[in-house]
Amino acid sequence: MNNLLLVQVLNGLQYGVLLFLLAAGLTLVFGIMSFVNLAHGSLYMMGAYAAAVAANLTGSFVVSVFVAVLVTGVLGMVLELAVVSRLYRRDHLDHVLATFGLILFFNELVRMIWGSQPLFVQVPEFLGDAVTILGFTYPAYRLAIIGVGLFVAVGSYFLIHKTRMGMLIRAGSVNPAMVAALGVNIRLLNAALFALGAMLAGLAGAMAGPIVSVQSGMGEPVLITTLIVIVIGGIGSVAGAFYAALIVGLVDTMGRVYLSLALRQITERSIADAAGPALASMLVYLLMACVLAWRPQGLFPAKRG
Amino acid sequence: MNFRYLFLSCAVATAFGASPAMAEIKIGFTGALSGPAAGLGQDQYDGFMLALEKLGGTLGGQQTTVIKEDDQLKPEVGLQVVRKLIEKDRVDAIVGLGFTNVLMAVLPQIVQSGTVALATNSGPLALSGAGCKANVFSLAWQSDGPAEAMGVFAQQKNIGKVYLMAPNYQAGKEMLSGFKRFYKGKVVDEVYTPLNQADYSAEIAQLQASGADAVFVFYPGGMGINFVKQMRQAGMMGKMPLMSVFTVDGTTLPALKGLAEGVIAGAMWDASMENPAGRKFAYDFVKKYNRTPSLYAAAGYDSANLLNAAVLKVKGKTSDKAAFAAAVKTADKEFTSVRGPFRFNVNNMPIQNYYAFQATKVGDQIEMKQLGIPLPEHKDAYYTACKGK
Repeated sequence: MNNLLLVQVLNGLQYGVLLFLLAAGLTLVFGIMSFVNLAHGSLYMMGAYAAAVAANLTGSFVVSVFVAVLVTGVLGMVLELAVVSRLYRRDHLDHVLATFGLILFFNELVRMIWGSQPLFVQVPEFLGDAVTILGFTYPAYRLAIIGVGLFVAVGSYFLIHKTRMGMLIRAGSVNPAMVAALGVNIRLLNAALFALGAMLAGLAGAMAGPIVSVQSGMGEPVLITTLIVIVIGGIGSVAGAFYAALIVGLVDTMGRVYLSLALRQITERSIADAAGPALASMLVYLLMACVLAWRPQGLFPAKRG
Repeated sequence: MNFRYLFLSCAVATAFGASPAMAEIKIGFTGALSGPAAGLGQDQYDGFMLALEKLGGTLGGQQTTVIKEDDQLKPEVGLQVVRKLIEKDRVDAIVGLGFTNVLMAVLPQIVQSGTVALATNSGPLALSGAGCKANVFSLAWQSDGPAEAMGVFAQQKNIGKVYLMAPNYQAGKEMLSGFKRFYKGKVVDEVYTPLNQADYSAEIAQLQASGADAVFVFYPGGMGINFVKQMRQAGMMGKMPLMSVFTVDGTTLPALKGLAEGVIAGAMWDASMENPAGRKFAYDFVKKYNRTPSLYAAAGYDSANLLNAAVLKVKGKTSDKAAFAAAVKTADKEFTSVRGPFRFNVNNMPIQNYYAFQATKVGDQIEMKQLGIPLPEHKDAYYTACKGK
């Protein structure tokens, strides 16, 4: 039974790092440019589609991941220049309206190009097997996702704390006008940052493709969870997004498995079966509500000033 | 503004609209044509249109126009489009009607108007028993049928312990109770997951530890793709038989391909079936749309052929709605269904075979191979409560 618990912890971590890949980009864009980007889920979807198409053409998973990152990076850059950069000075509601429009646009776009049937994506052969951990089999591919997520987490730490660009990002988040006055091209910085967020979303999409169904609209459910993550973590804080993603991943996974079982101990079976999944899907929202009540700035807010 | 022109066009419009001599059949089609379930709606529509094309664009010899509406899988939108089809377009019949939740929302409107309605995506419990309606028919299945067939299948294969999984909503619960109706073995556990969950790793780990001999699932659409992929990655396929309904079918198989190998599915039709009408339909569908038809397309195709027979019966006079509905009911004997035997029961639900299929590799391709007919010419469990309306 303890082995099973370990497997479930791994599942929670894996879900968490996937959320982190999405949340990192979203929290940067939200925290630093103060831009609400609902189309982040669409970039995740475009990453998954780009990877699916590339994988089916080249037969190489590694190539497909790079293609997905590249495509979403370019797409992010184009979006920033064409749409997003015009909206920075506007109200948050305008951001929501415009990026919601982008969601509809991208969902219909993929349906027009690839049809409404989901695309075929396979786990790469070298990660196709299940590995045995302590007498339990666990998909190797999910371990690879955990690996990639941790690698990105470490990479983003270095980027933000040890590089010149990171310094500018941190400075820009505190006082963008001052950064611009010091002669830094803040527009270019913003575009680069937006593209970086898009690339991370694309990476998440490419990594998720072999696990989930690649289809129109796949970005929205995960977007909502991602928003929860950045609210819990503290908006603008990449480290916060990392911890919050792991917390949300673990809470959600454990809730799904153990809540129904726990309820069965105290109520009738039929009630537990009905209430368990409903409560489990509410759990992360409850967590967010508690965090907002207790620490409205999030658990690990970015340090300001 | 040219008033004379306006007047003229009004006059022409009135003449066309009011003239009873202009015999023309109008069919309204509704279904989910956008969003994640759009593939299902599109298949029903394409199946219907293919049959209509083969009939030379006519039903019962009458020129036919089809008005297509998207219900967006939302009951309130469904209600709007059905009201428009009945009141504004004055259609002779409505085909499609989408998912159960949409069908139930539009039902009062349809019953009140008396318009003939053919559901090609659902056959809910609420319409099968005392709530059966004279003008509402299902050309798809009675909800429980495929799951009951899987229960019988498990019973025939002497599978001792089964683990059941479905999304946590009405249809999920009905599917699992359908499975249990004829299955006499032990149900190890029943797990309901939140609707539209994408990741099943946690549930699969629990399943692995449960000691069950087989698993039965109902995961329609994208959920099914996710579940099957993740079962494969967890190394569970081949170790534990996976029985399913509405999980692996013509709409999800292209996204799963070889990953689905071994999955067993209960259904009333598949493109691989060996009857002549089914073969011809599958061949024509692939030729026209360049993809394999699903059971949803088959239901759409059958509904056009049934309507053709019904319009012929009333000699094109569809204005008497009650007579037209009665003609639809008895037209079941006068068309050849692609699924083999087909009759309407007293509750207007199908009496049909429910087959067991298994995803099998044929060369490089993956196909559903028929394993047997667990429920031949099956009547649902509710029809006796329908008082022959």
